[in-house]
Amino acid sequence: MAKSFSIKRQPGFATIAMLCFFLLYLPIATLVVYSFNSGTSIATWEGFSLRWFESAWNNQQVMEASWRSLRIAAVAAVIATACATLAAIATTRTAPYRGLTFKYSIINMPLLVPEIVTAVALLILFSRIKVWTGYSGLGYLIVAHAAFCIPFAYMPIRARLESMDLSLERAASDLYASSFQTFRYVTLPLLWPGILAGLMLAFVISLDDVVITEFVKSGGQDTLPTYMLGQLRRVVTPEMNAISTAFLVLSLAIVTVFFFLSRNPNKNNE
Amino acid sequence: MTETRTTGAHGGAIGMHGIKKWFGNFQAVNDVSLEIRSNEFFTLLGPSGCGKTTLLRMIAGFELPTEGQVLLDGTDISRLLPNQRPVNTVFQNYALFPHLTVAENIGFGLKMLGKPKSEIDSVVGDMLKLVHLDGRGNNPVTQLSGGQQQRVALARALAPRPKVLLLDEPLSALDLKLRKSMQVELKRLQTETGITFVFVTHDQEEALTMSDRIAVMSTGTVRQIGSPWDIYDRPSERFVADFIGETNFLEADVVSVSGDKARVRLSSGAEISATYPEGVTPQGKVTIVIRPEHARLGPPGSGVLEGAIHTIVYLGTDNHFHVTIDDGKTFTVRQQNANSAPCGFSVGERISVAINDDVAQILRD
Amino acid sequence: MTDSAQDVGEQRQKKDVRDRWLLSAPALVLILAAGVGPLLIVVFYSFLAPGSYGDVKLEFSSEGWFNVLFTRDIFDETVSLADAHFLIFWRSVKLAFATTVLCLIFGFPTAYFIATRAPHNRSLWLFLITIPFWTNMLIRTFAIQEVIRSEGIVNSFLMSIGLISSPIQMMFTDFAIMLGMTYVYLPLMVLPLYASLEKLDFRLIEAGYDLYASRFGVLWRIVIPLVKPGIIAGSILVFVPALSAYVVPRVLGGGKNLMLGNLIELQFGQGRNWPLGAALSVTLVIIVLFAMLYYVRNASKSGGSAHG
Repeated sequence: MAKSFSIKRQPGFATIAMLCFFLLYLPIATLVVYSFNSGTSIATWEGFSLRWFESAWNNQQVMEASWRSLRIAAVAAVIATACATLAAIATTRTAPYRGLTFKYSIINMPLLVPEIVTAVALLILFSRIKVWTGYSGLGYLIVAHAAFCIPFAYMPIRARLESMDLSLERAASDLYASSFQTFRYVTLPLLWPGILAGLMLAFVISLDDVVITEFVKSGGQDTLPTYMLGQLRRVVTPEMNAISTAFLVLSLAIVTVFFFLSRNPNKNNE
Repeated sequence: MTETRTTGAHGGAIGMHGIKKWFGNFQAVNDVSLEIRSNEFFTLLGPSGCGKTTLLRMIAGFELPTEGQVLLDGTDISRLLPNQRPVNTVFQNYALFPHLTVAENIGFGLKMLGKPKSEIDSVVGDMLKLVHLDGRGNNPVTQLSGGQQQRVALARALAPRPKVLLLDEPLSALDLKLRKSMQVELKRLQTETGITFVFVTHDQEEALTMSDRIAVMSTGTVRQIGSPWDIYDRPSERFVADFIGETNFLEADVVSVSGDKARVRLSSGAEISATYPEGVTPQGKVTIVIRPEHARLGPPGSGVLEGAIHTIVYLGTDNHFHVTIDDGKTFTVRQQNANSAPCGFSVGERISVAINDDVAQILRD
Repeated sequence: MTDSAQDVGEQRQKKDVRDRWLLSAPALVLILAAGVGPLLIVVFYSFLAPGSYGDVKLEFSSEGWFNVLFTRDIFDETVSLADAHFLIFWRSVKLAFATTVLCLIFGFPTAYFIATRAPHNRSLWLFLITIPFWTNMLIRTFAIQEVIRSEGIVNSFLMSIGLISSPIQMMFTDFAIMLGMTYVYLPLMVLPLYASLEKLDFRLIEAGYDLYASRFGVLWRIVIPLVKPGIIAGSILVFVPALSAYVVPRVLGGGKNLMLGNLIELQFGQGRNWPLGAALSVTLVIIVLFAMLYYVRNASKSGGSAHG
């Protein structure tokens, strides 16, 4: 059995794949390892220490930027997910109607337009609005983030909806549920994992954004990524590694939850 | 049999008047009118795409007729939403709510109707007993077998005591053995609850086994309505005769008509008696149908059709003989293997086909 | 009376479509206001004259578009081709293309490897591919920088085994940018390839071997043609962001190896030539649109032949 001719095997493919996985994780692993370096060098290992985490923790700028990142990501993700949920319900499980393709293309547009162009466009628009209104708070960043997070939140919610059997909602209305009751007791509970997955995806995407934030932010509105971008131009200390490691762990935790949420789109298929 | 329970205390008579349904340019239902009596087990039978499910969905309220009316106990319900109709459906794939337990599924309708919890609990208990799922109330529905899910779907649809229960091919997902026992079960539930059942299927055997009356449908129209016996033994159209069971079609000439019988001459020159459908005066060339089990083989000269055996198909319980009769047509005879011995005929042998009395039926067209 | 059921049906359908517009309105408004709409302003700005301290003057000018390809000498007004811009265009296209090819070379075997694992193991391998994808791009760029810099582990390793005596300068080269982009965008190639390969009917491969094809023959004549839509999708998904990359060339290119994204940024920053920046942005969008168009046309064509 084991030695028989495997039709799926292609010589060298497994080796390249393993090399690929190795190369994908090598830089990240190095980065994480050196965040625990006790020396000031990011190239020579001088022993284990948490001093760089401590130093990042005590760095006012880092903490402010992190807190700002999290706030923006939280608010933007909630807005984006709410919009995406409603839009997903409006665009799935229906006979084609006029405007449906239009909706699809608009919702997916942020995925197609190069980020740098969107960033430039928002810079132009928001700089005008800032002059007119005098407001220069975090609102601009939140609106910008919410807009480009919508397609990401939309994807898992839509996938979940499409895998949901329309006859469940029919059954509910057959059993005397009004359309609101149907949504409340059937659609929403079944859609919930998709919504949660969308929320997390949107949160991670917002947290990761560099380009649009870099162009839209006003003075003193650095998020963690834009702060790091600024620091990378200078001499880098393992403090950057420590910040990156913390950031990585957070993203990894969210992505892991997302993975388990979206693994079984249909609980009853098990 | 069909006249026994025309007036139930429960109501639940459906009237469909001049129903037409278009989906874009496709006409799914073409001018259907039928009456479903209170408390009867009524089956809509036909091949896929004949419009039977569309008809059912119009009773449930998932589709609205393009033209025509749906009446429930004399009241027009055509325009009501599904949740406004005292009618429940057992869906083809059951459509059980995967996030709810067995009991929550069964009690869903009553909850939506705003019934108090105590009433819901007691009805759910009764329903669990009725479908033999006592003690399973707190199980998640996802852990039930196909047959059990089927029962939950039935209980869920019956719990609000609908006037009419609609069943959309509910047995098609079950294996053969389970399907047989569920057929008996469904019939029992219908008798015990006294609710009108409207059952949709493409399986003729299912229809014949359970129904009080059957409507055979094809291409959006009802071809014949009648008891299972009517449909099987007295088909009025070629489609009905062909769709249900195996049939021989023969060309014949009408010789004379008396009462509800006619004398017809077969291609061999022999004359037999045949019944004809209501409202038809048979004359000239007609088509008659004879079921394979209503004919016998015998030595040459003993029957009404002469020919030779072309093939013999052994089916265990019986044999099918495909006979090439002398006008070139094929005629199938089915004989039971009453004795544990070879059939006694061989391929190529010249034989004669005898036809039992009172079995031939003249078709309408 | 007989018609009213139909009227009711039509009313319900109209209400359904109206409800669906209402439900999608928040998402559409937000994206149009803060994503798509501003692009029109960019087009508008590309036809205005630059202001003295950034921003624009409200007067028509084709200078922005003119400057995309040409430069005018400040003193004698002679026109010459904008060599620097051509260089950057060329570098962007070249690096984006090289990145796409590299991603394909590494990504295809990897996707094939995942697709041929036992079904319950596949999601785990896929998860391993997606983790880097969801970790911050800046962090991954930073990580690559740590690996290839003069004191990085590659140079340290090579020097410690005596292969080189002084560190190889990899940072701030086109090579570094290409390497970084390949690293960063590889998952974007693997995911669509995997989606295509997973749907591949391996009985076709059996049929291929049955008909005397070699391993390479099966790969070249059966597998690759069947997953062509995935290959095209992956290539576009890598090519488009690589062409408009900003972060990777900024960090790894070190300010002198500019790509299109950096050139655009420059016009809104030190360059203070917003109309030129706007014109360059529109140019970039047009290139991306053509790539998309190519993808849509080819995907529908090969999709038809693969299933038809």
